[in-house]
Parts: sequence; structure tokens; C-alpha cells
Amino acid sequence: MTTTLYTSDHEWLAIDGNVATVGITDYAQQQLGDVVFVELPKIGRVLKKAEAAAVVESVKAASDVYAPISGEVLETNAELAAEPALVNSDAQGRAWFFKIEIADKSELGGLMDEAAYKAHTA
Amino acid sequence: MLARDNQNSLKRTPLHGLHVALGGKMVPFAGYDMPVQYPAGVLKEHLHTRAAAGLFDVSHMGQIAVRPKSGRIEDAAHALERLVPQDIVAIAPGRQRYAQFTNSDGGILDDLMVAHFGDYLFLVVNAACKDADEAHLRANLADACIIEPLADRALIALQGPKAEAVLAKFCAEARSMTFMDAGPHEVAGIQCFVSRSGYTGEDGFEVSVPAGDAERLAKMLLDNPDVLPIGLGARDSLRLEAGLCLYGHDIDTATTPVEAALEWSVHKSRRSGGARAGGFPGAEKILAHFDQGASRRRVGLRPEGRAPVREGALLFADGAAGEPIGQVTSGGFGPSLNAPVAMGYVPTSRSALGTKLFAEVRGQRLPLQVAAMPFVKNTYKR
Repeated sequence: MTTTLYTSDHEWLAIDGNVATVGITDYAQQQLGDVVFVELPKIGRVLKKAEAAAVVESVKAASDVYAPISGEVLETNAELAAEPALVNSDAQGRAWFFKIEIADKSELGGLMDEAAYKAHTA
Repeated sequence: MLARDNQNSLKRTPLHGLHVALGGKMVPFAGYDMPVQYPAGVLKEHLHTRAAAGLFDVSHMGQIAVRPKSGRIEDAAHALERLVPQDIVAIAPGRQRYAQFTNSDGGILDDLMVAHFGDYLFLVVNAACKDADEAHLRANLADACIIEPLADRALIALQGPKAEAVLAKFCAEARSMTFMDAGPHEVAGIQCFVSRSGYTGEDGFEVSVPAGDAERLAKMLLDNPDVLPIGLGARDSLRLEAGLCLYGHDIDTATTPVEAALEWSVHKSRRSGGARAGGFPGAEKILAHFDQGASRRRVGLRPEGRAPVREGALLFADGAAGEPIGQVTSGGFGPSLNAPVAMGYVPTSRSALGTKLFAEVRGQRLPLQVAAMPFVKNTYKR
């Protein structure tokens, strides 16, 4: 079963066992505007929670995407590298950024569920 | 990315209410609360301007009348030549030229448009500089001219291949104007100043309209299906693709017109050997740059990859080691090219087209090439 959690910095992560799939929220893509480039982390990189892991560039500006939890990058989304505009059209679906092996499940405790995230962005 | 600025102290243009009604995302810019984009978004707004027509509110810019006390326009033109390296005397009635105010060090205080309106000169200057420009004009031209800021006017730019057809519905003379023609014309029965110019690289017009009529005129133009409202985001990407300088970024008090590759805007009559050579602030340094060359130069840059290279990125001759040799002054994504574009300053010895350079972005050295500007061919009606 998959559980989706959110950070206050507008990343989402879908947790399936020990693996989390990470992206940015639909709210974040709306704020950023047209996305033209996404820089993804290298596979095998070990990320620390809150570390800058990816960069999303809109026409106007570059924004960091932070690792919502610590762990090793298992896979990145090649489709997104080829078609950055997917972030605008399907932020919480096809436009996932990377998959990470969760190093410490206790870090999930500080994240928001959907209702809390909705309140956060209201 | 989600910071909210205090907007209470910001000024509003006469079109502010319309921007909000149209769903404009408002941001602080040069002291004004301005639309950075509308619901269509920067990419669509940019491409629509290149394909049809875009309407821009540029009312934040300064509009200044310079009137000769003697009643003779040539006296105002000679007076203004004390402050700019452009040939103002030779501007014909109904024509406009691009110029810069220079400082005693040869740097650029502001860039501006100067139009000959028959019995006075009409200036359009940058928003952030307009108060300083007005003071500068008063301090130096008060003997010969009356300086009159036209604060009660809005300025609307209509840009793109459909701009002529749209504006001609309200102003028949629009069809017969060519690039840099400028003068008083009625638009939809409103007394306006119209110039065939803009800052997107597209054919188009700028219309100065009394503040009280601005919203009515803007709505009439927007009623045409070919016209979309365009925000500051697309204005910036359009002018970047057109290779045009943004004051405070690509040009400033530390860059001369020669370093900025704006030689074309300094008429031969003001250069060494010309009929009225020199006589403007910083002439010694600027003319020396003309005669001996400047050590650095503004160039166009095309990154080889997909990553935008933005303002402030340091430029290197080498992919690995070495000190920076220059810096990017404007950069981003060019929607018409579907690729990143930038401009910046490099040593003149590295300014030849095709020269390979590297830009440092997030600790990585990304390869790019010196490239011809404009990046997108302009479509001015000559």
C-alpha cells in the first residue's frame, strides 16, 4: 500500500515499503510557472534529509528541490529530463523526480499528510 | 519561491485594476505593483507575441517632454546633446532614436528613446531611473529647456506580427508608419503619442495615452482575439531573445556604450572627427573606446545543454581550472528557440563568434558559445 506525505517545502513522497518516490506538488508547479529544465540527482547519491537534491528551472528562476528524507537515490525519471513541462501537466503523477531508499523511517514522522498539507497551502 | 512582499508601498499604473481583473500575478517591479504573468503563463505569452500580438503595460516607465525655452526645437536638441552621445539634432520631425545618458566616467546612467514631436522632444526613460533622469535634465538643461514629466499618461506597447492590423482599426496612420516613426496621433478618438517601436524584436507600437483613457483603450485592443495581455516575465524573455539590453543588468554606470556593443547608437557626428564630436559626459573615455577598442565586450551566449545560465553566472575560458574571465548579465530560457540563451561580458579577445567558453552553474562548468545577436531575427518594418 502506498502512502503519500508532504513537506512544508512542497515536495511530495509516495512511500511503498522502503522506497519513496519524490516529486514537487501541484501547488508548487503552479507557483513556479512554466518549467523548462529539471536537474536530477545522480543514481547512487546518498542524500541527507533537507539537502538540495534536484533543481527545477522555470522560465524565470531556478528553485531547489530538497530531499524530504535521507537515503540513497535508486532511480531518476528519464522522461522528465526529456520533457520538463510534465511538471506542469502532471506534477503528482508522471512528473516524479527520483526514487530513494528510505534510510530512517523515523524521519517520516515530521511530514504532513494530505489534509495537513492542504491546510498549509490554504 | 513563495515569499510575499509587502505591496502597500508600491505604486500602481492606470492599468492596475485591469491587470488584477485579468488574473495577472502581481509582483513588485521598479517600485510598482506589476503583472509578471497572466493565467496563460510566460511561455504561451511569449510565443503568442511572436505569432500574433501581445499587449504590455509599460506605464511605469518615465515620459518627459523637453521643451525649448526659445521656441526653436534645434535649441532643445543641441541642449540634450550635452547629455547623450547620440545625434539629436539630426532627428527628423516624427522620428525617434535610441540614446543613453552617460556619466563623466563614460558609464551609462540610463538608456532612453528620444522623439522629435515638431516643437518639443519626447523622452521615454526607465522606471527605476526616471526621477534621477528628470533631476539630471533639470540640472543641466534648465538654461535652454523646460523639463516636464508627463506623469498623467499611461504607456501601452502592442507588439507582434498582428500589431499593425489591430492598431490600424483605431488609428489608420499606423499602417503607414515605419520603424522608429513617432508622433501625436488619435487612437480610437483619444489624443495619443504613437511610435512604431518596442522592446521585443517584433514589429509593433508604443502608445502613450492619457491616464484616464488608458483602461478603455487597453480593453478595446484586448477585445481583438489576436491580442493577449503579456506580463513582465515574457517581456524579459522576448527582449533577451532580441539581444536588447536591460538597464541595471546588461548596462549600468560601469559600462560604456562601446563595451555594451551599442556603437550603432552613437552617431558618427558625435565620434572623433564628426561634426559635433564629443561634448557629452565621459566623451574622452567613450571616444577612446571607439578609437582604440575596449578591453571587454557584451556578447550573446548559447549554452550547449538544456540548463539555463542566468544572470551572475561566472564565465571561464576553461572547463576545469582558471580565474573567471567574465560574467553573465542576462540569461534564461528562450521559448522561441526552445533553448537557453544568455548575454554577458567577456574580454574582447574572447568575443569572436563561435568562441567556446564555460559558465559556472551550481558548481559545474557548462559549455557555451559566443553567438550572434539577436538570437531571434527582428521583424521591424523598415
